[in-house]
Amino acid sequence: MLRNKWMLVAALGASLLTGAAYAADPVKIVYIPKNTGNPYFDSIIKGFEDGCKKLGCEFTTVAPATAEATSQIPFLTAQLQRGVDVVAISPNSPDALNQVFDRARSKGTIILSVNSDMPGNEDHRDAAILPVDFTKTGPSQVELLGSQIGYEGDIAILSATTDAPDQNVWIAAMKDTLEKDPKYAKMKLVTIAYGDDDPQKSTTEAEALLANYPNLRGIISPTTVGVAAAAQVVETAKKADKVKVVGLGTPNQMRRFIENGTVDAFQLWSPYNEGLLAAYFAVGVKNGTIKNEAGTVVEVPELGKVTIGDKSVLKTQADLTTFDKKNIGDFNF
Amino acid sequence: MSLVRRLARAREAGILVMLVLFSLVVGLIEPRFLSGETVRIVLLAIPLIMVAAMGEMMVLLARHVDLSIGSILGFSAIAAGMVFRDHPEWPLFIGFAVAILSGAALGFVNGLIVTLFRLPSIIVTLGTLSLYRGLLFILSGSKQIDPNDIPEPIIRMAQTSPFGIPWIVIIAFAVALATWLFLTFTQVGRQIYAIGSNPGAAPLRGIRVVPVTILVFTLSGALAGLAGIIYAARFGYVNPGITGVGFEFTVIAAVVIGGVSINGGIGSVAGTMLGVLFLGAVQVALPILGVSGFWQNAIYGGIILIALVIDRTVRAGGIRGLLARGTA
Repeated sequence: MLRNKWMLVAALGASLLTGAAYAADPVKIVYIPKNTGNPYFDSIIKGFEDGCKKLGCEFTTVAPATAEATSQIPFLTAQLQRGVDVVAISPNSPDALNQVFDRARSKGTIILSVNSDMPGNEDHRDAAILPVDFTKTGPSQVELLGSQIGYEGDIAILSATTDAPDQNVWIAAMKDTLEKDPKYAKMKLVTIAYGDDDPQKSTTEAEALLANYPNLRGIISPTTVGVAAAAQVVETAKKADKVKVVGLGTPNQMRRFIENGTVDAFQLWSPYNEGLLAAYFAVGVKNGTIKNEAGTVVEVPELGKVTIGDKSVLKTQADLTTFDKKNIGDFNF
Repeated sequence: MSLVRRLARAREAGILVMLVLFSLVVGLIEPRFLSGETVRIVLLAIPLIMVAAMGEMMVLLARHVDLSIGSILGFSAIAAGMVFRDHPEWPLFIGFAVAILSGAALGFVNGLIVTLFRLPSIIVTLGTLSLYRGLLFILSGSKQIDPNDIPEPIIRMAQTSPFGIPWIVIIAFAVALATWLFLTFTQVGRQIYAIGSNPGAAPLRGIRVVPVTILVFTLSGALAGLAGIIYAARFGYVNPGITGVGFEFTVIAAVVIGGVSINGGIGSVAGTMLGVLFLGAVQVALPILGVSGFWQNAIYGGIILIALVIDRTVRAGGIRGLLARGTA
């Protein structure tokens, strides 16, 4: 243990030296979120910025106006022409960017998939920084709702689009948990509605859930637009005491509903920490202090240790963070 | 004149028949659809579309089209939201004024470009659709207006009023009434029809086409701005990249289903209201019927097309006698 620490100090010292040698030429990192104006990605950006302030890397961020499959390509190519060392990107498509990635990597640019991976296309990026152990999302949401309704009654899911890959994986896990864990035997999933991450459609779908299922006890909405819409609908219909809303939301989006009692608790992770980890990882790999292979431990002072997993996947935190009346005041994103 | 009025009446009869038939068919499959709860949901869903549809209808009547209303709605909602967020001590009506006036200003620019350079409005507003969206990103610094930045009284507008019916519903019907009064009883209102019926002949009849056209675009912008406030009230937040995106298609579909002619000159407030109601009923019916998310878009689009085909058939007089007489 002690020896490890000394090695780390030595490595840090070495990185300081190399850092000094390249002082005129800091690591250039660009982060390309799915789209601009999304408070969730603003939080990741903040993490990158703070990380780079400490590490001395040069950070920029650019983003398309809409989250379409190919809308990131022009931004990506422009940044590559500018000569960035690391491209961190939250891809809008699992494969539309493969060719651009391949060309960039052949010239030594590091490609990081941030916030979601590119399933089936892991060969086209260097590593993926994920916010949390995603296998826990489904079960953890079921438990959060169950604990609020006494593990009994009709429940529904309000998702994003029918083909949203993350949500579909989580929903499959929710179904699995509900079926197999006897603890949830009395909770009955009555339907899955899709709000397309559009406020209008999510609202109409949530209203239909209340109208169609008079005995509904709870709604799980694993998407930030959906959970806010469901909360707003339950508040408008004055059914907050009868129908519990849980889901994945950002504290700023949900604060009003927590404070006025419409929502008891919701969950997420820390996009800020994700940006921070990505910055440390990027600089470490570029400077050679972090070996990008399974089993390597990455240490971030504010976060602790994160071990690189299979296919170079890094999970920022193990469990989801639950936000409620007690702790929501501590978060601002 | 009486022929035109009879045609207009036939058009409204057509959409009314469709609305009733659609509700009956859906109600037959799923009786819950014909409940007070559904009426409440539809009434909450339509104000946003109805307010903007009144503006879009006037633009279509003048033989133009305004594709930029979704971006105007977004711009106005962000502008008002920033006032609410950054100056919570200011009275609420300032936020309303900012939304309506900024919408009017953007609409005025549309009208100015269309008339000054004699450009087709479909191209001009396609340009400003992007331009205004871009401006709203710059104005907001790409930051969303969060739910706790929207004042409680604004959010309560979508929930209640002293009369029991939510304020946004009252506002929507008040706007429709005002539009009807304007089009029916003012000279300028009648001139809008005249311009759309025959743009070439309008100046010969002493109509000042340029100012009236600019006014129409300005009104459309102002109403889209008012819709921005309704958006903030109903959804409780304003996001620069989401708010109002694709909104123009919903509104134009509602107006055209309501019997307003894309070729100008023909259309009515009552027809537009029915078109909005029909679209609102369809939007609410699909989830109530439990139509799978995979099918909803296709069915929604299909119903709009069927509505238009039926309407066109009715107008062409083909089965007009059958349908119109059946309901008379």
